[in-house]
Amino acid sequence: MSGTIEVAVWRGGVDGSLRPYEVPEQDSQTVLDVVTYIQRQLDPTLSYRFACRVGMCGSCAMTVNGVARWTCRTHVRKVLRRGKLELRPLANLPVIRDLVTDMTAFFEKWTRAKGAFVPAADAPKDFAAVRPDTPERRAASAGIECIGCGVCYASCDVVAWNPDYLGPAALNRAWTLVTDLRDAGNRERLAAIAGDAGCHACHSHRSCVERCPKSLDPTGSIAGLKRATARALLRGEL
Amino acid sequence: MTARAETWLWIVQRATAAVLAVAVLVHLATIVYAVRTGLSAAAVLARTQGNPWWLGFYLVFALAAALHAGVGLRTILREMTPWRGPSLDSAAACASLFLLVAGWRAAIGLFA
Amino acid sequence: MSWRARNHPSYWAFLLHRVSGLLLAVFLPFHFWALSTAITGTARLDAFLDWTRQPLVTVAEAGLVVLLAAHLTGGLRLLALEFLAWPSWQKSAVGISAGISLAVGLLFLLNAL
Repeated sequence: MSGTIEVAVWRGGVDGSLRPYEVPEQDSQTVLDVVTYIQRQLDPTLSYRFACRVGMCGSCAMTVNGVARWTCRTHVRKVLRRGKLELRPLANLPVIRDLVTDMTAFFEKWTRAKGAFVPAADAPKDFAAVRPDTPERRAASAGIECIGCGVCYASCDVVAWNPDYLGPAALNRAWTLVTDLRDAGNRERLAAIAGDAGCHACHSHRSCVERCPKSLDPTGSIAGLKRATARALLRGEL
Repeated sequence: MTARAETWLWIVQRATAAVLAVAVLVHLATIVYAVRTGLSAAAVLARTQGNPWWLGFYLVFALAAALHAGVGLRTILREMTPWRGPSLDSAAACASLFLLVAGWRAAIGLFA
Repeated sequence: MSWRARNHPSYWAFLLHRVSGLLLAVFLPFHFWALSTAITGTARLDAFLDWTRQPLVTVAEAGLVVLLAAHLTGGLRLLALEFLAWPSWQKSAVGISAGISLAVGLLFLLNAL
């Protein structure tokens, strides 16, 4: 099948507009192929991000026909709507230019959620014995594959409604540490992720679960944080 | 509100939800039964007047509903409007109090 | 993000839960007021109940019953999600909730009309 695809691409920053391009249709074409064609053959001033092109790094995430996706793993034929594609930068993040967003706030919230491992005060005598089949380790393992692509953050309505909300990725990361028996930072971490800006703002829309390209379950992780904070509060540890 | 206080709100919301789950099931069954057997003021009062069990049930039901609605309204306003902070918290508390007073007044009115 | 991104069962469940909760919260003061007319005797409550026997009001009442049942079943689903951590049957839970709500509403309507 050969023809052309009408592509509308966001150009500009916060103020800008959709600019139309015509791209030749090809077999097994991904949206990243389309963006690359536009930048190389039609308009070299287009700004966009990509790196691995093979679904490992998450750099190419954008809004494709209203939905946040990895463009290198999105086949054009699957998302075409009446022969048209509309490409915008990821939602819920400031736009630097065209299809490129500023990820600073996303990673800053990761820090605010205390998403970093805290070792115990004294050096351990031996390796920690972490059995892979305990419920806690299974829960942690279910969340550690996150590569920080921002698709869940861009898909979350609570992020859009509440600028302080830490968001699904940061909270998912915090959960993987809360359930890690080697981590010693839970007192501060639970305090950091509780409340209206934290896990309690999640209403289980599950858009993050729907959209996560790695099939993670941030809603489930956040539910774990809700249980952990409630337990801590009732024990006087929060 | 502090993170600790907001965590308490979450606990209150889920605890009242559990209480309401039972109360609403009873309430729905009562509604269907009452509508089947003919709904009138006399029929309602025949059930509730002088009956401490119904009174106790409705007092608990109204308390749980008042708290649950208050926390829920605060969440909705906080997310869907620019209103937030201590003034919203007070307004939500007032809404809870209003519902509690109205509900208990009705429950006692049906008992006495 | 657009409505296409929000078009999935868990999001509809959220919308229904929020809308039903809001409508029930608005309805509740009227419900308490109507019941409290019994304080002055049966006449005012009976007059109010007569008013509710109009077909449109009865249908609205059935709507309220559906909203109540929907908020209950949706709430039970959320409690299961948050406390039991069973993610795999989420979508079926949405369907089951919807089904039960409608069934209860129908039951009310059939008895009330």
